[in-house]
Amino acid sequence: MKRDTPFTLLTNGTALSWADVPEWPLAEFLRNVGAELGRGERLSSFFGVPEGDALRLVAVLAFDAGNTLAVGRSQSFSGSFPALTATHAQAHLFEREIWEQHGVVPENHPWLKPVRKDHGAGPAVGDFFRVDGREIHEVAVGPVHAGIIEPGHFRFQCAGEEVLHLEIALGFQHRGVEEAIAGGPHRATVYQMETVAGDTTIGHATAYANALEALAGTEAPLRAQWLRAIALELERLANHTGDLGALAGDVAFLPTASACGKIRGDFLNLTALLCGNRFGRGLVRPGGCLLDGDTERLSQLRKRLETALAEVQQAAAWLWDAASVRTRFEHTGHLHAKQAAAIGLVGPAARACGLVRDVRFDHPTGWHRFAQVPVSVWPDGDVFARARVRWLEIQRSGDFLREQLDAVPEGETMSSLPALAPNSLAVALVEGWRGEVCHVALTGADGKLRRYKITDPSFHNWTGLALALRGQAISDFPLCNKSFNLSYCGFDL
Amino acid sequence: MSVHDTLLNRLKRGCETMAYPKGPAPALPDRHGGALKVEAAKCDASCSACVTVCPTEAIARPAGKPVALDLGRCIFCAECVTVCPTKAITQSNDHRMAVRQREDLVLGDTGKEQVRLAQALDEKLRRLFGRSLKLRQVSAAGCNACEADTNVLGTIGWDLGRFGIQFVASPRHADGLLITGPVSKNMELALKKTYIALPEPRIVIALGACAIAGGPFIGHPQHHNGASGLVPVDLFIPGCPPHPLTILDGLLRLLDRLGESDARR
Ligand code: SF4
Ligand code: SF4
Repeated sequence: MKRDTPFTLLTNGTALSWADVPEWPLAEFLRNVGAELGRGERLSSFFGVPEGDALRLVAVLAFDAGNTLAVGRSQSFSGSFPALTATHAQAHLFEREIWEQHGVVPENHPWLKPVRKDHGAGPAVGDFFRVDGREIHEVAVGPVHAGIIEPGHFRFQCAGEEVLHLEIALGFQHRGVEEAIAGGPHRATVYQMETVAGDTTIGHATAYANALEALAGTEAPLRAQWLRAIALELERLANHTGDLGALAGDVAFLPTASACGKIRGDFLNLTALLCGNRFGRGLVRPGGCLLDGDTERLSQLRKRLETALAEVQQAAAWLWDAASVRTRFEHTGHLHAKQAAAIGLVGPAARACGLVRDVRFDHPTGWHRFAQVPVSVWPDGDVFARARVRWLEIQRSGDFLREQLDAVPEGETMSSLPALAPNSLAVALVEGWRGEVCHVALTGADGKLRRYKITDPSFHNWTGLALALRGQAISDFPLCNKSFNLSYCGFDL
Repeated sequence: MSVHDTLLNRLKRGCETMAYPKGPAPALPDRHGGALKVEAAKCDASCSACVTVCPTEAIARPAGKPVALDLGRCIFCAECVTVCPTKAITQSNDHRMAVRQREDLVLGDTGKEQVRLAQALDEKLRRLFGRSLKLRQVSAAGCNACEADTNVLGTIGWDLGRFGIQFVASPRHADGLLITGPVSKNMELALKKTYIALPEPRIVIALGACAIAGGPFIGHPQHHNGASGLVPVDLFIPGCPPHPLTILDGLLRLLDRLGESDARR
């Protein structure tokens, strides 16, 4: 579907010359981006590229219905720019990030504060949005939490039990991932990509590999693409199963909680069967996959998969059958489809608001061009819907794996990677288990990575959790939080 | 499905907790490889192939000295194992690799080919913590894999609770701190405050390559390359992430709870 747009269109997992990215004066660029967002398109990535002392802005839009991506850039400028956020909430964190990373000020940004950097005493120290009134009290949680969880700070404004507003302050996990890639790829880069969010190793490593392959003008061998798709669904199965268990645990429904804790491990062990590591480290590399599965290994995988799927089916049946679970899940942490679209929500959380968006379907790359996974949607936008979408996806990932493991493509899994094309831009999206993983790579004249922008699905989705909490009892926070289960380090980079 | 079915199903499944450490340890995945073993004596005089492939600069070959591999910096990518022409670096398939002293992770020299496994706590601490160890976990820029595989120990298959080891929700209730991640500058204050909030005597465990030395992010200015520069560490558990079995082995080793299973090996 072609339609009139000033942006240059490109397909997921491809590259184009930096010179072919249309360039406009700043005001026109922002107008163009705003116009597309106004039409309901999605902002996949929005970032700065330094040029001397000045800066250019680059926008990557996803035209989901048109199955295409669109890129454009501004001419270089310095000082400030009128914030898109004032009219388009999707740009909210991106513009804060641009300000933090490059020092240009998004004017009239309604909530301009750091995203992740330490400004003296730690990232959470600063002004929080405050609700005033005699009945109002404030609750502060974190950065260190009560369980084995990554750190983040949550600031609630409450009237009694009711949360009026939640502000989420992150940045505690900042490891300097993007900065370190500049001038690369370096020897450690691929290992860092595998640990951008350690529970999404396959998702991020695949996006990185796709981006580099696009820049090198090559594709991974088919069997490697197939293997990546297998590993991606195993990653989804493990995490979704873990999430169902955690949600059950949070409403004190122990049969499913304890069963899923174990089954999650069984899925992780299937990944370990492929590559030795439960999180998929060492499997995906630019150029292909480092390891292969022989017939014996794959049939073992197929067999153990069946057992784990049968067990998770059983554990889920208990969950859906329990009235006590339903009453706790239904109407809790509700998010409207309209809000979800406005903030650019992605992944299962978006699909649980009835939004039909899934990179595997809208922007298929790799093996997903040949084998589709149906999009799982549930309309209600509450904890129940988010749990339900996970369960639908578990079943569909299971079906996908069964089908794929019965029709193994032949061939190599690794090819050598040619040099990266200089002055080129590549975009790679992958539907990780939390949603859209977006990597944008830009090379300089020397063919080295000049700018590398990573957007974990959590970057879009934390705002969704904050909105879902409005009007909820504060005691429902853990349940709502688990129903999103977002990444801290993927956000903090 | 009725409650009756749920209970029946649960009964049929029986006890799903592994026999280890009373019984044998479950096998590591065959492609895992376990701890590395380095026999520097086997090295070719002029070779430094492993040094150039290691992503975390875990291997050094100082002039005139034998090759030294620091398992604390290692993220177990096995690149060095693949390139070593004389098989001086090999995988042992052994899940045990927790140590008490940082230098016990440096491998290569004669007599130091493998990790020098952790000794138990002294008797006084063992009496205090041996049958009940409460830990506070602080993730300080961990990638959530070390965290996840620590969490796994609480599931029915591993059941950490049977050893009296438990993760608690307040540092005031804790006997020790389990740290993951390279300790980002942004978590420095929170980590220190947590440590101070622990009543004495207290122990500290650094879990995973990041917490020991910085892991895949080693050398980045945004963090501290591990916990030992900020708090005294009593137990180092290598891995990226360590397999749950490696973590459990480390904890039980510290508490001297492995008993016969260790002697059997
Ligand atoms: S296995 Fe460890 S020591 Fe060897 S190359 Fe990889 S990180 Fe370096
Ligand atoms: S050691 Fe590896 S698995 Fe553990 S937190 Fe660091 S990067 Fe993640």
